[in-house]
Amino acid sequence: MAKAIREVYGTVLAELGETNRDIVVLDADLSGSTKTKIFGQAHPERFFNMGIAESDMVSTAAGLAAVGKIPFVNTFTVFLTTLGLIAARGQVCYGNLNVKFGGAYCGMSDALDGASHHALEDISAMRALPNMRVLVPSDAESTRWATKWAVENYGPVYLRLSRDVYPDLYPAGTKFEIGKGAVVRDGGDVTVIACGLMVHKAMEAADMIAQKGVSVRVVDMYSIKPIDRELILKCAGETGAIVTAEEHNIYGGLGSAVSEVLAYAGAGAPTEFVGVRDTFTGSGKYAELLAKYGLDANGVAAGIEKVLARKR
Amino acid sequence: MALSHEREQELEKLCNRFRIDVLTAIHAAQSGHPGGSLSVCEILTLLYQQRMNVDGKNPADPDRDRLVLSKGHAAPMLYRNLIEKGFLPADSMNTLRQTDSLLQGHPTNHTPGVDMPAGPLGLGLAAAQGMAIGLRLSGSPARVYAVLGDGEQDEGSVWEAADSAPKFALDNLCAVTDYNKVQLDGTTDEIMPLRDLPAKWAAFGWHVIRCGGHDLQALDAAFDEAERTKGVPTMIIADTVKGKGVSFMEGKAAWHGKAIDDDSFALAMKELGGDR
Repeated sequence: MAKAIREVYGTVLAELGETNRDIVVLDADLSGSTKTKIFGQAHPERFFNMGIAESDMVSTAAGLAAVGKIPFVNTFTVFLTTLGLIAARGQVCYGNLNVKFGGAYCGMSDALDGASHHALEDISAMRALPNMRVLVPSDAESTRWATKWAVENYGPVYLRLSRDVYPDLYPAGTKFEIGKGAVVRDGGDVTVIACGLMVHKAMEAADMIAQKGVSVRVVDMYSIKPIDRELILKCAGETGAIVTAEEHNIYGGLGSAVSEVLAYAGAGAPTEFVGVRDTFTGSGKYAELLAKYGLDANGVAAGIEKVLARKR
Repeated sequence: MALSHEREQELEKLCNRFRIDVLTAIHAAQSGHPGGSLSVCEILTLLYQQRMNVDGKNPADPDRDRLVLSKGHAAPMLYRNLIEKGFLPADSMNTLRQTDSLLQGHPTNHTPGVDMPAGPLGLGLAAAQGMAIGLRLSGSPARVYAVLGDGEQDEGSVWEAADSAPKFALDNLCAVTDYNKVQLDGTTDEIMPLRDLPAKWAAFGWHVIRCGGHDLQALDAAFDEAERTKGVPTMIIADTVKGKGVSFMEGKAAWHGKAIDDDSFALAMKELGGDR
């Protein structure tokens, strides 16, 4: 099975709203796209369409949180984490207020709209904010968990969501944990640490590489902040080489977060970074864009080959 | 109900005391914003010491009234009011802007009695709007106040909230503009003309009241009118004087955010009677 992440998010939010009356949802005139419309139809009295005013939306959510509500703010990832950033920093995170950020169209998932609508710097921006937690679901089940976790745990949370359909990775009832990653494929020669869509691309790449006799471990780092230091160091120690894979600029995102852990520990495993290489992207079909910018299975496989050459 | 003459005189005395204490703290810190702290004095003092339902002994009361000081640089006047209400120890005023002080340069909600962080301008009205929506959802009778500067209305985000609060019919929300007509670099007319400010707010759907911002009776009547106004939020445009109470600071952009030298401080204390 495969499900659109935004659809899963909108549905689970509406379900959670049945039992938790403190949940309120705000959108900036994109609820049909972000799928918070599902919540809005189920709980119209707790749904607020703020118009195309992201700063107003996030500040309003800060106020709602300050009087005990659990607001979710929603729009396309790029707008939420740029136009909404001053309020995210100055009010929500500084005040440690209980606001949840749903960034609906991460990476290049809004492919055809082009660079203006792609979000490739959001992990960097959000993980630099004190008090903010950053979660990147990789399938329907992890999206359900992340959304529920955000409701049940106090403080700012950023959910990096996608417009895209992701194949299922986890069976129902899987136990996830904040600050942990999951080994979704075991292997001994190299570890690919990925998030979101790139977990799936890493799995494909691992299959391709396996034909050459290379055993690839794949980690789904669904919790980027806090991050699973223990698992990163274990993988570096056991496989001796790391590839990070993210639908994000290579600067400031998952690759940087993993490197910080490795550098601090002096682990010294050679590392390759699969991501958008500090460039603005373009319009196109999603699959074509992923290939163009090296974010398909071939791109991950190339990263694996490179790091293996350095390991030898 | 109008303020009694006796109460008005008490509040006037408090305002004078607060001016002295605020300038003393800013002088001691050799950093801070005297001009805007003095202009907002009557607005904050009337709200905290007369009108708002807040109690330093019960700071987490869910039905307490809320205030967002969107012009966060006037924090010292907010802190002095919170001290008077028992949220903060009296001697904390002297720690303004010092390392590990409860009294940060700009307000944060880590400080007891402060409802929302402020500092980056233009964000407070929307946060107050969120509080008003949330309190209404909870069925709370609490009122929410947002105190804005005039200079900060250069920020586009103010006008996003100006647009949205009437849409949500937030009659539990009352905003006040500390209309002192001076910002950091010069007068508002020189830096970024606000044009017909009352007409602008009215055009966005607000109930607009204009009154003298140092006139306690006029302000009190304006807050009464705001409470009576149903279906729309109210914006009180309070004409004030930047640096009010200290002759050489009045109307001077130079005193927006300037440390107070010893000579000027002595002169200010003499004018306010703080040297006695």
